[in-house]
Amino acid sequence: MFLLRDVEKSFDARPALGPLSLETPAGRTTVLIGPSGCGKSTLLRLLVGLIRPDAGAVLFDGEPVTPASARSARLRVGYVIQDGGLFPHLTARGNVTLMARYLGRDRALTARRVDELAELTRFPPEGLDRYPNQLSGGQRQRVGLMRALLLDPDALLLDEPLGALDPLVRAELQDELKGIFDALGKTVVLVTHDLGEAAFFADRIVLLRDGRIVQQGSPADLWRHPADPFVTRFVQAQRGPEPPS
Amino acid sequence: MRRPGPIALSSFLASLVLVAALPALSGCSSATRPVVIGSKKFTESVVLAEMGARLVRQAGVEARRDDLGGTPALWLALTQGDVDCYPDYTGTIARQILKTDSPNLAAELAGHGIRISRSLGFRDNYALGMRRDVAAAYGVARTSDLRDHPELRYGFTHEFLDRPDGWPGLKRAYDLTATNVQGMNHTLAYRGLVEKAIDVTEMYTTDGEIAQYDLLALPDDKDFFPSYEAVWLYRADLAERRPEAVDWLLRLEGRVSETQMQRMNAAVQVEKRDEATVAAEFLQAELGLDAPPPEEDSRAGRILVTTGEHLLLVVPSLLAAVLVGIPLGIVAARRPMTGRIVLAAVSLLQTIPSLALLLFMIPVMMWLIGRGTGAPPAIAALFLYSLLPIVRNTHAGLLGIPRSLVESAEALGLPPLAVLRWVELPLAAGTILAGVRTAAVINVGTATLGGFIGAGGYGRPILRGIDKFDVPLMLEGAIPAAILAMTIEAAFGLLARAAPRGG
Repeated sequence: MFLLRDVEKSFDARPALGPLSLETPAGRTTVLIGPSGCGKSTLLRLLVGLIRPDAGAVLFDGEPVTPASARSARLRVGYVIQDGGLFPHLTARGNVTLMARYLGRDRALTARRVDELAELTRFPPEGLDRYPNQLSGGQRQRVGLMRALLLDPDALLLDEPLGALDPLVRAELQDELKGIFDALGKTVVLVTHDLGEAAFFADRIVLLRDGRIVQQGSPADLWRHPADPFVTRFVQAQRGPEPPS
Repeated sequence: MRRPGPIALSSFLASLVLVAALPALSGCSSATRPVVIGSKKFTESVVLAEMGARLVRQAGVEARRDDLGGTPALWLALTQGDVDCYPDYTGTIARQILKTDSPNLAAELAGHGIRISRSLGFRDNYALGMRRDVAAAYGVARTSDLRDHPELRYGFTHEFLDRPDGWPGLKRAYDLTATNVQGMNHTLAYRGLVEKAIDVTEMYTTDGEIAQYDLLALPDDKDFFPSYEAVWLYRADLAERRPEAVDWLLRLEGRVSETQMQRMNAAVQVEKRDEATVAAEFLQAELGLDAPPPEEDSRAGRILVTTGEHLLLVVPSLLAAVLVGIPLGIVAARRPMTGRIVLAAVSLLQTIPSLALLLFMIPVMMWLIGRGTGAPPAIAALFLYSLLPIVRNTHAGLLGIPRSLVESAEALGLPPLAVLRWVELPLAAGTILAGVRTAAVINVGTATLGGFIGAGGYGRPILRGIDKFDVPLMLEGAIPAAILAMTIEAAFGLLARAAPRGG
């Protein structure tokens, strides 16, 4: 679904990413993982055209993502960041329906879609008319997800979606999220620094370090066939769920 | 499901437009223009102008008085037609306005479409004045004696300091070397003289203060000062449009003696009597004018008028500053290089002293719209003055939005303008509103300076009060100005609360 070809990106002359090439298979969940500053968020922002590569090309569904084409790509991609990235001046419903209203979509249809999504994400309907600061962290994250899903996108990009949550809520949301991914069958690219979470979601894990891909493959590959000592160290530094068999 | 931020902001803008439109509409209703008698900002000129207005009314023509500050502003207003007639002095006309030595002022003035009356009967000459005891202590009896005492402290009006027939010429003529020379208000200079804060000031020989404080007018022993006969200057077209008004104005020729003028000045300056009443009493006694007793405007009525004038300065200038400042702030936030230049430029504007900016606007507006006095230059100056807080707060408000929120909006697929309108402006609305609020309060305060160029408003009673040393009159402008500023503060406070932000 997404294809990166020899992509490079620097910020203020400091290389942040690449050169790297990567393809994310359609209908599957790809997890980008790595230590802080490894470039995984930068990669995600490149995919949706929020930043442009200095070199190389980003393709979405076979079409290059350029400033001119980024908008049409974004309408087919949902993007969720930590804590939901909600607009504080709009209610939960206002956040979820902003784009639909901008596009002039039918109100009744949109309202029905919001109800559907609230059910899917188990968001309490009475919370729809509250402002983000009146919601809990988990609820904000659910609203962020609803907003990303409203236009029924082909792909979903999530940047540390559960990073700001306490462990219990996090575990609960992990289960729900996984259920949603499986139910919708969308192409998902998820960024996390938690290997357990990565293993839980991933069909395919991409381990990044200093802007480059160190290893990619199934979660089991990282444990069984580490590409270099860094992978071993990274795997062993993580505590939590048992390694998959 | 609307966004409270933009609603509050746009309804606020709409109400500004309304308020701005109201006075303009009501201004259009009077079809015939009244005859305008101008006056400078000192008592004698105001009393004479008041007489002029009453004489014109006696001819059955509508008339009003307009206080316009100094000679250049009045001359400009007269030649432009904002003013039809005003009292001036032959010496001033020759030296300061026409810069001529020609004895035939009438011929020279005719070239400008202006006519001159015969003398109204008195001279108001310049003289340097001192306290008698101070003059005696230094042994100063004539102007030329001042040359031996360069240590004396001088206080002159800014106009006198500038005029060729004032200090520059006097200094040369008498070879004076004084260095301690300050510019100050005429009335304050008298008080400074009496309190011995200064030693010498310029006096007009009809000033009421000379007798009041028993001051010494130093004889002009080198005949430097020309003669300053009081006369009417009026537009030639007034004689065609309103011959009867001119007839009545000219009845004052030769009727006012120096003693009478001194007495009238003292009545206003010392006894704090109303200029209009003093003028009416004189016309009744001297010309047997059966004028209706001067209708004393009630204080409330006057305040209502000045408030209207003040709002007419504040509202359009603030509105224009909002309409220009917010887009400038947006551009500044979008383009860092342009932003630095824009912010530096509006900051620079703010460092110009407000009075200087106001006076600078006179020629600019003259060039732009052909009207250099009154409200237009004041509105232009206030507009420039209101820009900084609005531009800076818009800029800061937009840059203060977390990058992640803007990216979330972009990632939704909203184009840049939609991101600005639906996300960025609502989020920055509180900061922008605070900037507009600051601008409004600065604007209300600065607009009082409009009194210097005849723009009306609260500045008029304040300046007139300073000139007459009439504290109640000063407060008549100062207190409503403070109340208006506080009202605007409170209104913006309510507006800010009416725009609740979820974050």
